[in-house]
Amino acid sequence: MKLVYFAWVRERIGLAEETVEPPAEVRSVEDLLGWLKGRGPNYDSALAAPEVIRVAIDHEHVDHADPIGAAREVALFPPMTGG
Amino acid sequence: MAPEPVVPLVRILAGRIEMAAEIAALSGSGAVGGVVTFSGYCRDEGGRLEALELEHYPGMAEREIERIAAQAAERWPLTGCHVLHRYGLVKPGEEIVFVGCASAHRQAAFEAASFLMDYLKTRAPFWKREHLKDGTTGGWVESKDTDSAAADRWHRL
Repeated sequence: MKLVYFAWVRERIGLAEETVEPPAEVRSVEDLLGWLKGRGPNYDSALAAPEVIRVAIDHEHVDHADPIGAAREVALFPPMTGG
Repeated sequence: MAPEPVVPLVRILAGRIEMAAEIAALSGSGAVGGVVTFSGYCRDEGGRLEALELEHYPGMAEREIERIAAQAAERWPLTGCHVLHRYGLVKPGEEIVFVGCASAHRQAAFEAASFLMDYLKTRAPFWKREHLKDGTTGGWVESKDTDSAAADRWHRL
């Protein structure tokens, strides 16, 4: 699946996007955040407070309890500040 | 039978927003009794700020605002609904966002415009970063709890 990052999540991870293949036990958004957090200090820094991270699957907002399912693109970003 | 909801116009753009043209397009029909607009501007934060940089999620930004605008068009009897949001560098005094709602009567237009702004603030994937007069890049603007509370109130109405 393709992961895309925005704002300070992108800066802390040091990548705008990447393709990953999480293990089968990663089923929910929460699982994915936990798995990513363990991938290195940059991920740990970006996801230190996973509860504040907003997630969208295929361009739609989702909750952390939601399943990842057959997501093509998962986006991780801070709370939005547009308008 | 209720009339079909109007199809909103949503644009995400890097350049300036031609607000007079948007208002003219919204008001050009005899069915319109009122147009309510909101335009949001970049502050200079007491002279500190050189520009705001707006990052967005291309693709999702359009789709999310279209979803919010479609909800407004379902909820209020609008004859027109335009939402334009800029990305990239915006200088103090320049516009960031424009929301225009037209209706036969003012109440629907006022409420729909207010609803759109409250939802756009908390759900549209845009992030602001400050560029300062001293040449440094400041921090990312933090989201406000008051914006979430403003969006939540529409569930109770």
